[in-house]
Amino acid sequence: MKRLTRNEMAARLARDIAPGSYVNIGIGMPELVANYLDPADEILLHSENGILGMGPQAKDDEIDGELLNAGKKPVTLLTGGAFFHHVDSFAIMRGGHLDLCIMGGMQVSSKGDLANWSLDRPGEPPAVGGAMDLAVGAKRVYILMEHNAKDGTPKLIDQCTLPVTGLGVVHRVYTDLAVVEIGPQGFVVIEKLVDISDDELRAATGAPLTFA
Amino acid sequence: MINKFVNSAREAVEGIFDGATVLVGGFGGAGHPTELLHALIDQGARDLTVVNNNAGNHETGLAALIKAGRVRKMICSFPRASHSHVFNQMYKEGRIELECVPQGTIAERLHAAGAGLGGFFTRTSYGTRLAEGKEVREIDGHHYVFEKPLHGDFALVLAQKADRWGNLVYRKAARNFGPVMCMAAKTTIVQAKYLVELGDLDPEHIVTPGIFVDRVVEVRNPQISS
Repeated sequence: MKRLTRNEMAARLARDIAPGSYVNIGIGMPELVANYLDPADEILLHSENGILGMGPQAKDDEIDGELLNAGKKPVTLLTGGAFFHHVDSFAIMRGGHLDLCIMGGMQVSSKGDLANWSLDRPGEPPAVGGAMDLAVGAKRVYILMEHNAKDGTPKLIDQCTLPVTGLGVVHRVYTDLAVVEIGPQGFVVIEKLVDISDDELRAATGAPLTFA
Repeated sequence: MINKFVNSAREAVEGIFDGATVLVGGFGGAGHPTELLHALIDQGARDLTVVNNNAGNHETGLAALIKAGRVRKMICSFPRASHSHVFNQMYKEGRIELECVPQGTIAERLHAAGAGLGGFFTRTSYGTRLAEGKEVREIDGHHYVFEKPLHGDFALVLAQKADRWGNLVYRKAARNFGPVMCMAAKTTIVQAKYLVELGDLDPEHIVTPGIFVDRVVEVRNPQISS
């Protein structure tokens, strides 16, 4: 069965972001989403370290060690962009001001619980960053992740087995197979993204699915 | 006459005592007060508790302080990075403690300390491992976790410009934790790239008013520790 590439997944999610939205894009695969936004839509990106109106990654003589994104990579600022300090930045994140945040995921449960901050490996220091702040604070939380782990294990499951980032926080998951909404009764497939039967999709998923 | 300017980084870090809690500004390399940290290594204080978003990168600045064995405990949100080998090794060997705190909770705990608040309730971390043992309250149908203020004995902060009253402006995303750390410490120590005359900073644009600042030293070309 053919699955979407990471770029195709990012492009699919990007199509669902309304013009004029304020959006926080997490580290990793979600960063690809920025490549598929139309500048004319003025979708403004927030970075936790105090930037609103973040532009593309900096190249050559644009590189400035004091203008980094959350992943500590050099970026640019759009005309009209703003800088602010951490208390304001996390008020933006925790206070319900962002229309959308897009994060990567390790597991999402059918109740919308999210695990994306710790693989719980012994001896490895825990590192949460701003993930728990975003999970509870954005108006909508979209997760961009593969439908299955590398060994085939489903990442959409009944109950997270990894340490959770937040409870009941996820609205929607964009995978390499489908777009899945978290409804009151659990996972609802709102779109299949590849040629796959309902039963094949059920087999790739660790919790019951309904089809919209 | 109020004059918060001091002549050297060595003079700026005088009095930092063993066991102190030191707030260190910066997010990755942006805003990291490398020269103050190196002066602190020379000064010799040990058993420090350090608050920073990260836990040092490569072997300069905070990573050098950790490598010198001066840090007993890190309070941070994200110690792991591609170049955080100094901290990782000390942690693996059990030679440094870690309190992992969500990033916004660090910022707000510092704000509570600076603003004289006894703490606050936040939805962040509810139901997670990082909320274990903390008071939980249901307010208007949502669950909140109680967090206490985080006071610093000292703050080490990097600014762009400072005047002798301690008014500060920052540059780009190097601002990050600077303003709130200035508020949250008993003694705030700043390294600024430019010392300017009173009146040179537009009062409408001053980000940190001088009341939150105690000492300022000029470091014209700070080393970036990222």
